Amino acid sequence: MSENVEKYIKRKVYKSTNSRIAQKFVDAGLEKIRACINCGTCTGGCPSGRRTAYRTRSAVRRALTGDESVLKDIDIWLCSTCYYCYERCPRNIPVTDMIIKLRNIAVEEGYILDPHFGLADNIFYTTGHGVPANGEANKKWRDLRESYGLPPLPPTVHSYPEAVKECQELMKEVGFRKLMDNAGKLKEERAKKDEEEEKQ
Amino acid sequence: MNEDYKWHYGLFLGCVIPNRYPMIEASIRNVFDHLGAEILDLPGASCCPAPGVFRAFHIPTWLVIAARNISIAEEIGVNPITGCNGCYGTLRDAWYELEHEYELKKEVNEYLAKIGRTYKGTLEPKHVVQALYLDMGIDHLKDFINHKFTDLKVAVHYGCHIVKPSDKRPWDGEYEEPRFVDEIVELTGARSINYKDKYMCCGAGGAVRTAVKEVAADFTREKLTNMRNAGVDIIVDVCPFCHLQLDLGQMEVNNIFKDEIGEPFHIPVVYLTQLLGLAFGIDPNLLGLIKNHELTGVPPFISIDPFLNLVKGQLI
Repeated sequence: MSENVEKYIKRKVYKSTNSRIAQKFVDAGLEKIRACINCGTCTGGCPSGRRTAYRTRSAVRRALTGDESVLKDIDIWLCSTCYYCYERCPRNIPVTDMIIKLRNIAVEEGYILDPHFGLADNIFYTTGHGVPANGEANKKWRDLRESYGLPPLPPTVHSYPEAVKECQELMKEVGFRKLMDNAGKLKEERAKKDEEEEKQ
Repeated sequence: MNEDYKWHYGLFLGCVIPNRYPMIEASIRNVFDHLGAEILDLPGASCCPAPGVFRAFHIPTWLVIAARNISIAEEIGVNPITGCNGCYGTLRDAWYELEHEYELKKEVNEYLAKIGRTYKGTLEPKHVVQALYLDMGIDHLKDFINHKFTDLKVAVHYGCHIVKPSDKRPWDGEYEEPRFVDEIVELTGARSINYKDKYMCCGAGGAVRTAVKEVAADFTREKLTNMRNAGVDIIVDVCPFCHLQLDLGQMEVNNIFKDEIGEPFHIPVVYLTQLLGLAFGIDPNLLGLIKNHELTGVPPFISIDPFLNLVKGQLI
């Protein structure tokens, strides 16, 4: 028997769709993921998959079979949530929502890209905006507003400090603060481990 | 509320409109006022939160913060409207979920109670285009047209979340080839030009732009190429994040893909209410169409002067 054939026979086969990740979907009321027959309609209509290695079908399949490497993959962050897969799925699976949930599970385990982490952990939490206009570095945006006859800061959280506190209170209560602290810790631990491995 | 107005809305600003593309905010405020629709502020509203990032990080946080934002409009008693497809996606999907799941609504209200707020769910979140097209209607808009463009070729860009997910949108399930933005554009005399993959995503959403800018730019490169091949004069859009991606992103495309695209792109990007306002005869200054050249590093990055020069001669 050739080496390749032997490798093929002994390859890791995922038989069950009863994985830990799949269970998380079921717990979140998204048990419809189990209706996926891997037809690939999602991938066929995916504008991201046309130019990247992101394959919607593969991501769903890996989630179902418990291939946890899907959580570490940058691919799941290349979905632009255009919802074509959601609209066209012949099994009526809300595919885009599945990808969003998959990202939630990834973040829980500390797999969140640095720019996303900074956005959530710092910018959104401290200002209440995802794209803020306050602070010294953002003066040009306030000037820009004024150049169109608008007040330098909009009547959003930017003009109401107590509203920022309200948002932070909600973020603490609902578990966002804890989630981000945990993700930050896991990211740090992983970076340290990678560094040590590199040294050896 | 001012009873002189026929319609009343709470303008949910979001982030990109007020903090990066405030010309869009100016044009929405002035065009709505012109049409007899009162725009009220939603004091203390936050990020919607963005569906591709914050929803993707933690669904419960997304839902609770969205419910808080809607509750601000409920306090004033007006429908929240937004000019952003992302905010529309969040507010509308959150509203839809909370309307259909009683237990979830109860849970969200338990959180909101901690900051002294309640979510009722009585007021449907709307898009600016939805207010124009479904509330006011084409006939009402038509009455205000003062100038007609005689030769203006427009590439309409819908973006994604204004029509999808279609089961949670007000367009009777139409998402493959909607026409409502084209109809509004054509009221102005401009021609909406068909181009390849017209309904394709701009590439910015879903956390992609923040994750890998080059991937987002590649989506945009494809769109811009198709638009240029169709011979359009300008792009008209209905979302500030698409707007950012088509404007700032157009510069990025010119830089990242300079060897592939041939001539650099310079297609002016105009928001729907800016175009409409101009046809109504509103002062371009009030529509955010006149740039203050003393400011640097601010949009529009692709000059819209070619558009203004083009229509100057066309305004009858």
